[in-house]
Amino acid sequence: MSKLGLIIKREYLAKVRNKSFVIMTFLSPILMVGMIVLIAYLTKINDSETRVISVLNESPFFSTDFGSTESTSYLVLKDLTLEEAKDSTIALNFYGLLYIPEGSTVEDVSKSAYFFTKEAPNASITAKLDAVFQERLRQEKLVDLGVSAKEFEAIDSGFQLQTETFEGVQNLKGINEIKAFIGGGFGYLIMMFIIIYGGFVMRSVIEEKTSRIIEVIISSVRPFQLMMGKIIGTSLAGLTQFAIWIFSAGILLFVVMSFLGLDTSGIQNAAVLPGASVNGMAAMPTEVNEMQLYANELFQIPWAMLIFFFMIYFVLGYLIYSSIYAAIGAAVDNETDTQQFIFPIILPLMLAIYVGFFSVFSNPHGPIAVGFSLFPLTSPIVMLMRLPGGIGDGGVPIWQLMLSIALLVGTFIGIVWLAAKIYRVGILMYGKKPSYKELFKWLKY
Amino acid sequence: MNSILVAEQITKQFGPHFALKNVSLEIPTNSIYGLLGPNGAGKTTLLRIINQITFPDSGHVLFNGEPLKAEHIAMIGYLPEERGLYKSMKVGEQALYLAQLKGLSKAEAKKRLLYWFERLEIGDWWNKKIQELSKGMAQKIQFIVTVLHEPKLLIFDEPFSGFDPINANIIKEEILHLKERGTSIIFSTHRMESVEEICEYIALLHNAEKILDGKLSDIKKQYKNNIFNVGMAIQEGESFVNELSEKFQIASSAYDKAEARLQFQIQLPSEDTRHLLNHLSSRGTVHYFVETIPSANDIFIKTVQSKSVYE
Repeated sequence: MSKLGLIIKREYLAKVRNKSFVIMTFLSPILMVGMIVLIAYLTKINDSETRVISVLNESPFFSTDFGSTESTSYLVLKDLTLEEAKDSTIALNFYGLLYIPEGSTVEDVSKSAYFFTKEAPNASITAKLDAVFQERLRQEKLVDLGVSAKEFEAIDSGFQLQTETFEGVQNLKGINEIKAFIGGGFGYLIMMFIIIYGGFVMRSVIEEKTSRIIEVIISSVRPFQLMMGKIIGTSLAGLTQFAIWIFSAGILLFVVMSFLGLDTSGIQNAAVLPGASVNGMAAMPTEVNEMQLYANELFQIPWAMLIFFFMIYFVLGYLIYSSIYAAIGAAVDNETDTQQFIFPIILPLMLAIYVGFFSVFSNPHGPIAVGFSLFPLTSPIVMLMRLPGGIGDGGVPIWQLMLSIALLVGTFIGIVWLAAKIYRVGILMYGKKPSYKELFKWLKY
Repeated sequence: MNSILVAEQITKQFGPHFALKNVSLEIPTNSIYGLLGPNGAGKTTLLRIINQITFPDSGHVLFNGEPLKAEHIAMIGYLPEERGLYKSMKVGEQALYLAQLKGLSKAEAKKRLLYWFERLEIGDWWNKKIQELSKGMAQKIQFIVTVLHEPKLLIFDEPFSGFDPINANIIKEEILHLKERGTSIIFSTHRMESVEEICEYIALLHNAEKILDGKLSDIKKQYKNNIFNVGMAIQEGESFVNELSEKFQIASSAYDKAEARLQFQIQLPSEDTRHLLNHLSSRGTVHYFVETIPSANDIFIKTVQSKSVYE
């Protein structure tokens, strides 16, 4: 086995056999699923609490407008004065008292209506009450204008503009966001991987320094071989972990879903191949039909292309960042000294994610999106957010993609070269807390 | 004379600071060579250049007559001053890994490791983790790993620091044994007295420059100053000393009247001791008459002083 192979193997095994790695690998999916279940459960509990609002209505209107819902129920009080109503609301520990005074028109009554509560009321409650009044007032106005209740209902019927591309492909609302979200998912994955496994590379370099084995090893192999072996070995361990996570999370999710009796048919539906589903579409109810359209659209995302470029950007991006992490590890003596160097690395990653989510989602081919998808330190994340829209017509122009990759490769070579220089000097330096100026000097040694 | 290693005019600079300035060395094959000098003299930098960890700014190194190249790494065994092992790796696995990095096959490495583990009586450590071992135990492993690939040239930087006396002795014996079997050895240390007795050749480094090198016995001859320690039995020693000091330089004399014992240090103008010995014997019984041989440390101090006066 070549020396590089030996180093990769050792780094891989050292990482994979580590107890915390094993525990994290098997615990994380359980924690994840547990968290999802917990959130779902808590949300359910929260929603199941019913608020009771007492209503003292002295006007002839609004007798049927306050219908109880799952989260709020209304209790109509009768033949009480306002004071008595307040007292009894407090005594019964209700959420609040809605007071609608006497009046001749809906407008007058609405204007002088009051909602009393113990503390400032929840915004969703007031919004709900506001909506009731608003709706009633609108109805009233329209009736004044001579619109009948029936006509009024007809006005209110739902409407959605249908859209199509010039080629005649039906567009779906939100599909661009969904696509960007998928790209964003890939980008996020890259960021997480870089931060977690870049950190592992760094710690592993520091460990070799503090255990003083480094000079023993580099009397047998080139520092560059050791650095690359470490980066590759650690990333293979990371990929192993990701593979286990994806696999076990999938299984666990399925088990939990069937255990809770949740409907998994939605998932199965989406998984139907587009060709097979077209024939059955006519028979489907509208809602399913639409879902099927989304599914079709998702299948039309060029997955193979996306995964291909994901691999390219992932490998290049990870190599660039992890060699910087390795250089940092070599420059310092212990982990506490790394802070000043780590922040500038994480910054472009964070920037890429935020720019991605705020700018690329709304305009995947705008100047900011293009700029950040060309800049090598952000392109692995931002370009992946743009790519689900396709390449060429209507998607990312080919020249941008090529330029972005070319810049990334150029940066990769430059950064790895610089990092290797710092690494080579740094691993033999002990007891100094280096400054940026010092690192710059090392480049010339 | 064959040389396993020749360094010619090596210069290495870190920024404005010289680590080595035109240093030339010749290390004879199958010798024990002491690279001596205080901390910061440039010893470790020189060793790193020999091990191709760093590269000289100018000058070059010949290994066995050929310019130093990557293949030579497998023929050199280096125990650096900053040495350690992976803490969480098992002893056997780790030794195998390091041996394979030196180019041994796994099977061969295992065979040799078992031999060495047996020899140093540490056979039952194979599955222990390094963090369970004491420092001295770990150093044994490091020694084995250094010599396992049977290098032609062995380099030890501060070899005995951190060893307890018993282990230091075991390792010293092993090194001498390797020398008998044809290995050339370089010792680098700032504690000159620790290697003086086993080095045949030495070089002294000071402030990035070589100030002295050669065969240790020759150097000592060159630096000896004809000072002798004398002990004798004599009546009226004081007056005898006074008598002597008219002709010679006498230092640290002491006379024990009750026992009639006299000891003193005397410097002669030449190596010839016959005349003085005859004279001493005629006056009393000589118990001892010993030439004081300068230690490497004395030579070092002397050379540094003469250099700085010269500058």
